[in-house]
Amino acid sequence: MSSAAESAPSWHGIVRQALKDNNVRLVTYVPDNVLRPLIDGCHADPFFTTFPAAREEEAIGIVAGATMAGMRGIVLMQTSGFATLPNVLASLVVASQIPVLMLVSERGTLGEFNPGQAIVCRTMRPILDSMGIEHHTMSRLDEAAFIASRTMRQAFATRWPACLILSPLLTGGR
Amino acid sequence: MEDRRNTQVMNRAALTKRVVGKLTKQEAVIGGIGNSNWDLWAAGHRAENYYMLGSMGLAAPIAMGVAIAQPERRVFALEGDGSLLMQLGCLSTIAAQAPKNLIVIIWDNGIYQITGGQGTPAAKAGTDLVAIAHASGIASAHWAADEAEFDALIDRALTTDGPHVIGARIDNEPGKTQTDRDPIRFRETFMRGMAARV
Repeated sequence: MSSAAESAPSWHGIVRQALKDNNVRLVTYVPDNVLRPLIDGCHADPFFTTFPAAREEEAIGIVAGATMAGMRGIVLMQTSGFATLPNVLASLVVASQIPVLMLVSERGTLGEFNPGQAIVCRTMRPILDSMGIEHHTMSRLDEAAFIASRTMRQAFATRWPACLILSPLLTGGR
Repeated sequence: MEDRRNTQVMNRAALTKRVVGKLTKQEAVIGGIGNSNWDLWAAGHRAENYYMLGSMGLAAPIAMGVAIAQPERRVFALEGDGSLLMQLGCLSTIAAQAPKNLIVIIWDNGIYQITGGQGTPAAKAGTDLVAIAHASGIASAHWAADEAEFDALIDRALTTDGPHVIGARIDNEPGKTQTDRDPIRFRETFMRGMAARV
């Protein structure tokens, strides 16, 4: 708290605080380099139960079960991991109206070098839109707290999944 | 550890009734897609049952989430062999977090019964799913040789720390009834069941 560097707001500090403010205690993830400071921060904070899953749909299942049993959770993943999820989102989370939170580190845009990632990235928002899953892209630090916390609040109030997308504009990309 | 080949072929509906009959502490039960679900439904409705209508392979992860959220409540996943084969990685995730209150039951008939009885690649290859669970780091992973041993393994799972995996070789008899298709009601009922104290 003493130095300016420690107190300067960061996107990952803002997301972590939004999770706390909304009592989201379970953090599951499939790793991503951009997400590293958020994953490390959650691991270091005893407020959270944080662990990796072998696959994104498995993490969605874990968070869906925990949410139904009274423990709110989020799945952290990369764009390509999100692309594995349409079936489980449609047939479990949306069909049952379980407020599962997702946070996707966006790859495949704004300077991507891998053509595969660039194509996968184009599928993400259409998939979310096709199921009516609210999503917001976080691209500015001054808006980040508002977007993150309000998106979470609405997901739980309306019992509907929601997805936060972390733009390279905010995170600097990989 | 028993070898799968030395186990009797049992009946899923009968074993499901045996499991449910042993539940006295509001244990949660997650029924996997298809016949696992339908036999759970036929065994008598409980508020602590959750019936999965899609998301093949996710019975164990959903049960794990419930187990983490409520460490005082024992949580069962009833999952078919074909379903688990889709999501083998979850066995490592379960082993790594080692929820003491989680029990995964594998119904193994070697076929995708509900889609026409096609054999699974695991059946053709002789893959042993309980051995995979054990090799994934779940120390308590056993085949039930017969109904008496199945009962004993359930009793042990209800009284000792897990996670536990119990494999049962089953016949090809399909479920006799089917669940309603009402996922929102299932979620609401299950959440009310989970909100009640153990």
